[in-house]
Formats: sequence, structure tokens, C-alpha cells
Amino acid sequence: MATSYYPGCTLKTKARNLEVAALESASVLGLELVELPRWNCCGAVYSLADDNLLNLLAPVRVLIRALEQGNDKLVTICSMCYNTLARANRMMREDLEKRHTINGFMDEEPDYAGEIQVVHYLDFLRDELGWAELRKRVTNPLQGLKVAPYYGCTLTRPYEISLDPRPEAPTIMSDFLEALGATPTDFPHSTTCCGSYQVLADPQSALASAENVLGSAISSSADILALSCPLCEYNLGLRQRDLPTDIPTIFFSQLLAMALGLGADLCHFELNQVNTRKLLRERDFPLP
Amino acid sequence: MKKLTINDSTTSWQLADKIREISGENINTCMQCGTCSAVCPMFQQSGSPPRLVMALAQLGLEDQLADQRIYKVCASCLYCGVRCPRGIDVPRVMEALRQITLRQNIDMIHPAQIPEADMRELPTIALVAAFRKLTA
Ligand code: SF4
Ligand code: SF4
Repeated sequence: MATSYYPGCTLKTKARNLEVAALESASVLGLELVELPRWNCCGAVYSLADDNLLNLLAPVRVLIRALEQGNDKLVTICSMCYNTLARANRMMREDLEKRHTINGFMDEEPDYAGEIQVVHYLDFLRDELGWAELRKRVTNPLQGLKVAPYYGCTLTRPYEISLDPRPEAPTIMSDFLEALGATPTDFPHSTTCCGSYQVLADPQSALASAENVLGSAISSSADILALSCPLCEYNLGLRQRDLPTDIPTIFFSQLLAMALGLGADLCHFELNQVNTRKLLRERDFPLP
Repeated sequence: MKKLTINDSTTSWQLADKIREISGENINTCMQCGTCSAVCPMFQQSGSPPRLVMALAQLGLEDQLADQRIYKVCASCLYCGVRCPRGIDVPRVMEALRQITLRQNIDMIHPAQIPEADMRELPTIALVAAFRKLTA
């Protein structure tokens, strides 16, 4: 059965490489993802103010669109969308008072009570296919490629929506990388913040945090850093031009597509950084 | 060390109540252990520790709170919240302080001042997130 899929704004623009590689891989693996016929921006961040329900309308609307499709799951790929939607969903499920207010306010929409389950693509792969099966489907194992798995903030915090049952020491990304034949290199700062949206307001502080993450990944002797968030890619990838570090970055879905033997044109490597393309060329991965 | 004056003229219990109301957190249970500062990725550069903000918030010390930068540079990474031994969701306290500023119509970033080159390169989620968190 097909599962609903929510792309979010950035996967249609700056992070097409994240989306296309994920969708093409899913289709090769026989996992059918169907984009919601209508969707809006989720708001990117979850409101932490108890008296501000207005910011919840956008993610709840998305969840209602998913409910209308008749599926019980909604798959996301972008980490920030995952976090915002999963938290809004929990709130609708657990906070009766807020649910009542929001449903009452959006009287043009059907009532929603958290019926959908929001899952990230990595969760979806693990639960629908499993790592052992994925390993069997890999035609081009990423042998000898040392990959640092980066979770950032949004895949494991708050703990209630963590992709991994052990949010303090997650392994889901390493398990995934191992199934692809790569060598994951765990590093202490894999769940430290990249600086996030503060790169707009206080780039110095944000990039100091990014440098911390990058330095930690480099010390683990990784060849490349695997990401699931377009904002992490901006801070840790593109903005490395302002930092003394030099480590390539790549989306997890691009590694998946490579391991499944999909053509490089489907990975949109032109949207990655120069050092990433250089590394792939050195590793004899054919680029278009 | 800067001297803190705590008396009726420096303390705003209204402010402390407002922080409690918007955050939904009981800030009084903070025991000043400093775990939040230790894990905060934005503390070093900003020089403004979340622990201190908790103490100032408990006492409603308005002027001192206004001097702190941490709630403005906080990236909502949630690290302090998952680590606080008293179970305080510290990021919600930071959000409350931001909201109190924003609700006076004071923006913390000005979209017009973002260089055009950055605007072109930034992913949409960065812009949406920053405007949601830092503009009124
Ligand atoms: S970690 Fe919690 S108890 Fe410790 S100083 Fe921070 S807010 Fe207070
Ligand atoms: S949520 Fe904010 S205050 Fe807390 S650790 Fe992260 S950046 Fe620091």
C-alpha cells in the first residue's frame, strides 16, 4: 500500500538532492511514497510558548491533509519538518484542551486528534524493510567509505519523538550506513546543534557551534559527514567556506541511492559542495 | 563580579509570573546546577549562561535579564531541556523571554538587513525558522 509523503518547502528548492535520491531509492526498494496532493509549509520550528496556538495551525493542517488520504502514516525526509510535524501530532493526541481549541478555530477543517503517525524516512526504511533486507538489496556497497552519522537536534530531541529508542546515543544512522556497506564513525558531537537558524541572526555563534561539530567529525577520521537536514547542510556544508575545517557533506539519501546503484544524475550532486564532488570522483563514483 | 541588587524596585514579580505563564514551566525548581550552561552550544560565544538567566528569571530581575543575550542567540536545540536534572524545559523559558520581547514589537532580526547574497543561498527552512523565532 502506498504511504503518504510530505516534502516541505526546502526539498522542492535548495535540497532537491535530498528529495530525489530518497524517492528514487524508495521506488527501487518497492516502497511506494505518494506526495500529499495539497500541502503547506509546516512552519519549520515548533512553538514552545504555551499560549501560542497560532503557529500550530500550519503543521496540524498538514496532518489533516494526510488523514484525508486514508493512510495511517506520513513520511517526512527533512529533519526540521519531521520534528515540527511529529511534535504537533503528539500535542493533538495528548493535550485535549489545546486540541479542542485548535479544532474549534479551524472549523472549516475536519476534527483531528492525532490519528496519523509521523515517521522519518530512516524510521520508515527500518520498519518497512529492515536493515538486513536493505543490505541484501545493495548492489554497490560503499566499501571503505568512512561516514560520520550526524543527527543534529531535530531527529532525537525532545526524546518523545526521537527516531531512535536510545536518543542519548542513537545508532539508527550508523545501522543504516552499515547496511549500505559503509563504515560509520561515531563521534561525540553527532547530536550537537549546527547553529540552526541563528546563522541569520548571530552567524559567529552559530558557526562556532558548526565548527565544533565538524572538528569532532574530522577527529573520528571520517571521509564524509552524512546529514538529513538542509539547514545543517547550509551551516556544515556551504558555510565551511568561513571555517578552517574541510570535510565533505552529503545527504543520507544520496548515499542510499549510490549504494543501490542509481545513476548519479538522480542524486543531483551539482547541489552539493565542491569537496563532496571531489571526494566522490576520487572514489570512482561516476558523476554526470 | 557585578553586584545584584534585589529589592522591590529591581524585582518584577509580574515578569516572573509572565515567564511562568508563557513557558508553562515552574522556574522556581531550578537549583542552579549549571548543567544547562554546560551543554549549551551558544553559551561560549555569547558569554551568557542559561543558568544565570534562570536565576534572574526566578527573581524577576528585569534590567539584568535585558542585558543577557542567551535567549536571543538560543538555537532551540533542546539540549538544556533534555539534560536538566530538575526536569525544567529550559528552551521554553528562553522562548518565553523571546516572546516577552517580541510582544513589545521589538524584532531580534531585521529581514531588510540580511544581505541579498545570503537570501539567495539560505534554505527556505532557515528563513522561516528565524522569522518565526525572532520577529514579532
Ligand atoms: S540544568 Fe536545570 S536545575 Fe540546573 S541550572 Fe539549568 S535549569 Fe537550573
Ligand atoms: S535550547 Fe537554547 S539555551 Fe538550551 S542548550 Fe540549546 S541553544 Fe542553549
